[in-house]
Amino acid sequence: MGRITLEGVKKSFGAHDIIKGADLEIADGSFVVFVGPSGCGKTTLLRLIAGLEDVTGGRILIDGADVTAVPPAKRGLSMVFQSYALYPHMSVRGNIAFGLKMAGRPREEIARKVEGAAAILNLTPYLDRKPRELSGGQRQRVAIGRAIVREPKAFLFDEPLSNLDAALRVQMRLEVTRLQRQLDTTAIYVTHDQVEAMTMADRIVVLNAGRIEQYGTPLELYEHPANLFVAGFIGSPKMNFVGGRTAAALDATTIGVRPEHVAVNPGGADGATGLDWVGTVSVAEHLGSDTFLYVEVPEIGTITARGAGELGIKAGDSVRLRPDAARIHRFDANGNTISA
Amino acid sequence: MARRTSTTRTLVTTLAAWLVGFVIFFPILWMILASFKTELEAFSTPPSFLFFHWTLENYATVQERSDYLHHAMNSLLIAGGSTLIALLIAVPAAWSMAFAPTRRTKDLLLWMLSTKMLPPVGVLVPIYLIFRDFGLLDSRFGLIAVLCLGNLPIVVWMLFTYFKEIPKDILEAARMDGATIGKELIHVLTPMAVPGIASTLLLNFILAWNEAFWTLNLSTSEAAPLTVFIASYSSPEGLFWAKLSAASTLAIAPILILGWFSQRQLVRGLTFGAVK
Repeated sequence: MGRITLEGVKKSFGAHDIIKGADLEIADGSFVVFVGPSGCGKTTLLRLIAGLEDVTGGRILIDGADVTAVPPAKRGLSMVFQSYALYPHMSVRGNIAFGLKMAGRPREEIARKVEGAAAILNLTPYLDRKPRELSGGQRQRVAIGRAIVREPKAFLFDEPLSNLDAALRVQMRLEVTRLQRQLDTTAIYVTHDQVEAMTMADRIVVLNAGRIEQYGTPLELYEHPANLFVAGFIGSPKMNFVGGRTAAALDATTIGVRPEHVAVNPGGADGATGLDWVGTVSVAEHLGSDTFLYVEVPEIGTITARGAGELGIKAGDSVRLRPDAARIHRFDANGNTISA
Repeated sequence: MARRTSTTRTLVTTLAAWLVGFVIFFPILWMILASFKTELEAFSTPPSFLFFHWTLENYATVQERSDYLHHAMNSLLIAGGSTLIALLIAVPAAWSMAFAPTRRTKDLLLWMLSTKMLPPVGVLVPIYLIFRDFGLLDSRFGLIAVLCLGNLPIVVWMLFTYFKEIPKDILEAARMDGATIGKELIHVLTPMAVPGIASTLLLNFILAWNEAFWTLNLSTSEAAPLTVFIASYSSPEGLFWAKLSAASTLAIAPILILGWFSQRQLVRGLTFGAVK
């Protein structure tokens, strides 16, 4: 079991409020990702759950029990650190076994569990090596092995893949997701990378400036962002925002449309919204599978459009853009979404 | 690109290094040589350095007149005891300063160091009176206490700097792994800080072994370490250079040997963290 509940959790460092009251319910066995720009408090929130920082206000419950004043050693959670934080003086075996040793498990059980975890993570040949003799990816596996062997109530991951190169990151992303499904243990995963968030999470918590902006499944966040911040943060390339008269015509302060919902040189007459934009392509990015166009539209600004495949359009070309009327997001003066 | 060094250049720097080394070592060498001379030769001007009548007579006299082993044992107990106690207090103190600092930690560290800026003679009278009233004069326990407290600021400072080099993440990982603070200190922090702890231990031992001010003023015979043993040969009845030298050579021999065997550890400890 690993149901984690936050009730009005606050954290301040001196006069500085880092977390401004967080309420959250994390279901047992779910994979929840905390995402947000740097300095938004996501790592602090994770450390509060871990017990490595003391809360300034509010309560943290694990399986209904209040653990706010319980030290990290007694919370039954495991953590994977960004720096891996392996014990440099211990072998891989010693690193993975440490938690079980601290728990005073019998020698035979420790050996069996360490072998088991090593087998899952392909670490068996390296059990007697020291961390300094391993590659980055292997160290990462040891850190994960150390976390899973204790059969914790939940795993806490603090940007665990940010020190790996791009190819390895994609591979480890898959492995972590697969492992979590297999073990069926609650996981909280902190990242600033919204792609990681979208691909790994059952549910995403979007944080900004110490506040939870939205909590929902990846597709909920993508299709129904609660406000401007979430709309701009989730999705790549970023959502286009247009204000002024164009937005006012739709009874909004700002309207947003994702680049993939902007049609390039559509046929037929103006769309239902009458929102056809004509502009000049300033940059065209050809990815093969997609084409990204950055189009300068007079009076509106730069609009990003994403077309499938190769569009055969180059910088300097004049194009007509038409947002998909059904996919336009409307925001009020406070940046909150206006529901249709 | 590595700079090419000519043979002449290497020769000159090597010679210069040996020269500096010799100048620094010369007083010790002279003392050791003097210990093998007769009293008359030890006084002669100009001094002879190799061509004199080599004798062991001084060592025999020194051993006859005073009990070297008694003083050496006192030195060992006082230096060893004060070092161990200092370490037991300093490891947790440095841990808390390095990993759980408060707003006043920096001030506290500076204040501790500032006690070392006071010349010891400034507190000789109060300490002497305290020792007299508590019956600590000429007791090993008293000397262990005063040397331990005297060196504690340096021990805490050194350990603090070593501990600072240890990533906080690793200690937090241990905490997440279920380690209590005690287990974290024993199984994670201490093994990682071994080079630093070892050099702190050695340096403190050497400082305590050579400490002469408090040992000379607070002990006479029972608890007297080797420093008192040496000083007893420069007496009002006249100086006995050869015997003084023999006593000094005997007194520094153990620490010289210890330093020789641990020089790698010492250098590594003192430059710990300077290079990755």
